[in-house]
Amino acid sequence: MTRSKGSMKRILVGALTAAVIIYCAAGIDYSGAASFSPKLALDVFQGLLKPEWGYFYDGSGEDLISLLLLTIGIAFLGTAIATVLAIPLALVSAANLWKGHTLVPRIGKLVCNVLRAFPELVYAIIFVKIVGPGPFAGVMAIGVHQIGMLGKLYTEEMEAMDEGPVEAMMAVGANFWQSLFFARVPQLMPIYTTLSLNHFEIAVRSASTLGLVGAGGIGAPLIFAIQARGWAKVSIILLGVIVTVFLIDMLAGVIRKKLR
Amino acid sequence: MKIKDTVHYDWYKKVLIFLVILAGIVASAVVTEADFLEVMQNRKQMYLFLEKFMKPDFAYIPKILGPMMMTLKMSVTGTVLGVLFAVPIAFLATEVVTSNKAVTFVVRFILDVVRTIPNLLLAALMVAIVGIGEFTGVLTIAVFTFGLVSQLIYESIETIDFGPIEAAQAVGANKIQTAVWAVWPQVMSQIAGYTFYALEINVRASTVLGYVGAGGIGVMLNSSLALLQYGRVSIIILVILGVVAVVDFVSETIRRKLR
Repeated sequence: MTRSKGSMKRILVGALTAAVIIYCAAGIDYSGAASFSPKLALDVFQGLLKPEWGYFYDGSGEDLISLLLLTIGIAFLGTAIATVLAIPLALVSAANLWKGHTLVPRIGKLVCNVLRAFPELVYAIIFVKIVGPGPFAGVMAIGVHQIGMLGKLYTEEMEAMDEGPVEAMMAVGANFWQSLFFARVPQLMPIYTTLSLNHFEIAVRSASTLGLVGAGGIGAPLIFAIQARGWAKVSIILLGVIVTVFLIDMLAGVIRKKLR
Repeated sequence: MKIKDTVHYDWYKKVLIFLVILAGIVASAVVTEADFLEVMQNRKQMYLFLEKFMKPDFAYIPKILGPMMMTLKMSVTGTVLGVLFAVPIAFLATEVVTSNKAVTFVVRFILDVVRTIPNLLLAALMVAIVGIGEFTGVLTIAVFTFGLVSQLIYESIETIDFGPIEAAQAVGANKIQTAVWAVWPQVMSQIAGYTFYALEINVRASTVLGYVGAGGIGVMLNSSLALLQYGRVSIIILVILGVVAVVDFVSETIRRKLR
């Protein structure tokens, strides 16, 4: 709590931040907001309040329940693939496992960053081209994108971990793999599981948007409904997505609490 | 590290969990009709795509710099707006601050609902309600940031040191005073960190928001994809990549300093 010490610097940083924010906020075209009509918005909300329950389940395989299950499946498989492949990537890119070699972890991190940099939607478009439209394209898109995401997070956790147990094991003659499995894995396991769970939650959300480009799941009917301004259908689908994500978040929360 | 942290402890339970996960994977593979051989068989398509993709149309760069800047501006404005709303709400979402289970539950429930809406769908909804434009993108990013950051903030509030709170309460501070003088100083730097983290995510996310009409570089991406102009797609993605890398670098440097 040394307020006076760096107060000049503080003011400078604050002023700079404020300047950047004002510059950004001023540069945006707000004319879109002018065309906003409260009546239209009211219409939307009124439509959203009347969900079309008939869409919930009609046994055709194109109803809400089956598409939601499909969406969860896409997310689960995608995250599972990503988790399995992100671990070796993290081993490559964690700097503390490569003492003396700075090149290898750098390459690993570069791979993570490149994989991460493409939006999932772009991956989805590419995979729709490769495997054809359908849920599997969504699985691949989420999988590939999340390898980068999880790889980065796993690496960060690996680098931030407590080296004490590893050093202790090394001191009594353990080799790299022994210290990996008996000192690093037990320490990182709960964090990695939490991260994967987190990304499963994120994946469910993205899986529900990938339908936009034909990669399966609940996204396609939702976008069609929004474009057709069929708010009753939008409402039931959004409700379905929210409830699903909510339940999964709760489940993940329970698992996370157990991990602690 | 305790005995229960080792690999061998309760191994049968771990095997069971593993089997459950495996069953989940198999079930998902069945419903999504996963066929990894198909990826291999159709790799020609991928090569074809990559071949066009590998020839970025560099002449297109001047045309995308404007929208890219706009995307950045949208992200910054949206993030700041979102965090501004997130801080007070996050304080309400912890029992540490409110010491009231009902308020915490209701606020968290609302936050959970906000967070569950994927940002692209949020953008599509906003476009339908507010109309096409950059402002819609800002609103979408703000709502998304609000959901993301408020959760991070309330989770970090729950892990703070309770000493200062007790001390503040012991000398008769009310709830607002406790929040401002005992909780805020402990989470301030973390909130700043989360803001930059959110900015990183938002820059990435906002690059595709234009896909549904919410302004920025996504509009260009969408039109190039629709016209099968892969050279343009690749240069757009390259520019996005560069900008995301710069934003990540700046934000990570700042976050490291904050720690």
